[in-house]
Amino acid sequence: MSDSLSANGFSIIGKPLPMADARAKVTGLGKYADDLSVPGMLIGKILHSPYAHARIRSIDTSRAGALPGVKAVATGEDARNPYGILPIGHDERVFALDKVRYIGDNVAAVAATSAEIAEQALDLLRVDYEQLPAFFDPEISMKAESNWIHAERPHNIEKEYHHVFGDPDAGFAQADFIAEERYYAGEVNHAAMEPHSTLAIWEPDNRLTVHSSTQVPFYLHRTISEVCEMPMSQIRVIKPLIGSGFGGKSEVIPLEIAACVLAKKSRKPVKITYTREEVFLAHRGRPITIVYLKVAITRSGKITAVQARVIQDGGAYCGYGPVTVLYSGALLGAIYDIANVRYDGFRVLTNKPACGAMRGHGTVNVRFAFESMLDELAHQAKIDPVEIRRRNLLKAPCITANSLRVTSYGLPECVEKVFERSGWQSKKGKLPYGKGIGVACSHYVSGAANPIVRSNMPHTTVHIKIDRDAAVTLYTGASEIGQGSDTMQIQIAAEVLGVRPERVKLVAADTELTPVDLGSYSSRVTFMAGNASLNAAKDMRDQIFAAVAKTLACSPNDLIARDEYISHVSDAAKAISFDEAVALALEFHGALVARGTYAPPENARGGKFKGAGVGPSPAYSYSAQTAEVTVDAETGHVHVDKIVAAHDCGKALNPLTVKGQIEGSVYMGFGQALQEDMTWHEGRLMNPSLLEYRIPATKENPEIESIIVESIDPEGPFGAKEAGEGSLAATIPAIANAIYDAVGVRINSAPFTPEKILEAIRAKQKNDGPNGARASNPQPSGNSR
Amino acid sequence: MNKEILRLRINGEEREIAAAPNRLLLDALREDLGLTGSKRGCDDSSCGCCAVLVDGVPMLSCVALAASYQQSEITTVEGLGGPGELDPVQEGFAEMGGAQCGFCTPGFMIATKALLDRNPNPTLDEIREALSGNLCRCTGYMQIYESVKYALEKCRANTSDRGSAAQAAR
Repeated sequence: MSDSLSANGFSIIGKPLPMADARAKVTGLGKYADDLSVPGMLIGKILHSPYAHARIRSIDTSRAGALPGVKAVATGEDARNPYGILPIGHDERVFALDKVRYIGDNVAAVAATSAEIAEQALDLLRVDYEQLPAFFDPEISMKAESNWIHAERPHNIEKEYHHVFGDPDAGFAQADFIAEERYYAGEVNHAAMEPHSTLAIWEPDNRLTVHSSTQVPFYLHRTISEVCEMPMSQIRVIKPLIGSGFGGKSEVIPLEIAACVLAKKSRKPVKITYTREEVFLAHRGRPITIVYLKVAITRSGKITAVQARVIQDGGAYCGYGPVTVLYSGALLGAIYDIANVRYDGFRVLTNKPACGAMRGHGTVNVRFAFESMLDELAHQAKIDPVEIRRRNLLKAPCITANSLRVTSYGLPECVEKVFERSGWQSKKGKLPYGKGIGVACSHYVSGAANPIVRSNMPHTTVHIKIDRDAAVTLYTGASEIGQGSDTMQIQIAAEVLGVRPERVKLVAADTELTPVDLGSYSSRVTFMAGNASLNAAKDMRDQIFAAVAKTLACSPNDLIARDEYISHVSDAAKAISFDEAVALALEFHGALVARGTYAPPENARGGKFKGAGVGPSPAYSYSAQTAEVTVDAETGHVHVDKIVAAHDCGKALNPLTVKGQIEGSVYMGFGQALQEDMTWHEGRLMNPSLLEYRIPATKENPEIESIIVESIDPEGPFGAKEAGEGSLAATIPAIANAIYDAVGVRINSAPFTPEKILEAIRAKQKNDGPNGARASNPQPSGNSR
Repeated sequence: MNKEILRLRINGEEREIAAAPNRLLLDALREDLGLTGSKRGCDDSSCGCCAVLVDGVPMLSCVALAASYQQSEITTVEGLGGPGELDPVQEGFAEMGGAQCGFCTPGFMIATKALLDRNPNPTLDEIREALSGNLCRCTGYMQIYESVKYALEKCRANTSDRGSAAQAAR
């Protein structure tokens, strides 16, 4: 039966269908959290700390509470239970209980009948602080002997991991070329266009209904229960339309809990919507990352050893921190065939907003360092940068040195595609001074094989119901956040059941109606919710086939479902319309209810060492990219002329949305490469707005050519893997390597601002003397042996 | 601040609200009139999510006082076309991937509409220029350009249809 799907080609899978919710979005009628309002709704506002590190001596709420229109004032005493996204990191409270740990930390909140009154009430709150010494530089913070940000985290080290795979010392000893360098990547924010918003409604029966801009309703559900001390069965979390997340809505964000605490206290509906400045202060973006990297190769370009010491500036709370630093280690070498790896990762606390998961979680900054260094080593060994990557490819299927199971591996094809499409051979090293081309690769997980909270329950469950109207209703916990989650599941169900996509109605991400899905993060939805949808749809199809087979007096194995008909595979006259088939099936079974689940297989869950739980995935996506740049050597300004991006997504269930994901990833990498950087002055964010934190607009963004590579993963739904994150990490080093090709300087600090480039060009000119021109004589950046 | 009665002409209809003189047009649309299609994405008029047409010209409603536009024709995303009759611009953004999360989409469509109304034949550079006041964090802009091109073709086809229909009538 299932074979008939591929034997006859697909009718819906692989088609560039518009998103299922596109019309709701283009008419302006779709509702995001801040678009919602209910009668009697109060507006909540949060008081933030003006100090980076201070003890709270007292808070006087009396004047604020007495202001007419103020219905509730909440402080740390109203919600004492700590929480955090990781079981090992419950170090946050919705409002500071003893001390504040960054400028912007949450101190108290008010709910009032209007936004104006709420603002006035904030001004009436009196907080007595005692300032403490603060830490802003991770390399200084990790040496602190006192005034630790969290007393239970000595020396402000949140977590450190030390991994050795193979024999790195032997690997370095047998090398012909070794490079060693310090790389730095600045801090970036998701800058999703929708600022966070939560509407918490206290129901007459003392239940709580919460509409929130979350990527993970399930985690929010759990955390509200813990902090508000209410059973999960009394709480309903609903995800409305989400104005994208990129990881910024994948942890529980303070306003989500603050709205619930205020709603519980006032017994009224309370809405809180962040300003853009508050979005930056809530943050959870990609941390400042310092990478001390050493890589060795033989004369023929084979990588013999990798060693990295990675320090991440995590900000004031744990968040996803330990996972970020583990991803950096796990994905560092696993894209290529590398036997010997040493990794020392440090997640350090500082008095700044907490960092967290952001698109390409943990892999982006180490990939920038590694791919830049590989380019340098290729140069030293006089090997073409594309060729050196060809010489280090994995031979999949295989298990990497750090116990990651690789099944499908489309990287070789990605490399060849960008090699051809970019015209690499006619350009590399042959363009005039100021013009250059660079290449880099990246990879990413299709969801984590191990859940954050270890259990043997499925990662996703999907229910399908069909009744007398013959509509197919699919209940899924997966969160559409703009990436196409809903559309993907509709396509899968429609393909399996042989119906038009319009017949499938999706009910998603409502904890009262839909089964649990672990959320839209780590690029897990297509693989996991896709497989659960596939399994549920097959279950439903089997039930329908059983009834139809009886009527047609044939075996269910002889039936196919396609184009709104169930028909006999070799006798076209024997066909029953889907509506009739549903009626038969209802008579046969009574009720038509199907279910499907997905959990990663045991052999995809990784090794047994400490920290081995992060990195394993049922499948990995692969990307290769070339960037072409024009560097103005007079100003240091870089213009990216074109990026060619090839991405192995296994199977493009919907090429339109896959391309949108590749291009969006490249765009975000481009922003981090050239212009995005959160700048700090003693813990104060100096650019908390979209005017000063400059995400690229149409005029800056490069032309992007996206190429889909399909390696057909053996376990993905119809062969599909992730598409939403993997491409990002290749963009930054591809641009760095193109800058080197253009003007002969290596920029090891992102973003690549005109100041840094100009400084490097001047240093090189000084070194080269009057005759030094282009890349033939670059700055030395590693030691050749 | 005392409220006064403001008369606004929005999407072809006269609407009356009671609002303070400092009421921002965006808040009047979203909170007083229930037109939540226009979005607030920033604090400093940098994102373009709140753009509406004022007498055919795109304007940021987050920095416009509602009271100042009582003589103007205001068009929001809801006025471009409803579910039954999408404007070619809306159709383009729906069909070609121009709307991913959809939050910036109303602003982009307003800017596109203004562009196509004054220049039915824009080059890619002119499209980039016209959309440079709007930020999108999802698409990398490529599918937005495709969406604009789709709308462009659709408008052209509609014009030539009308042309041939007029010719046939003669």
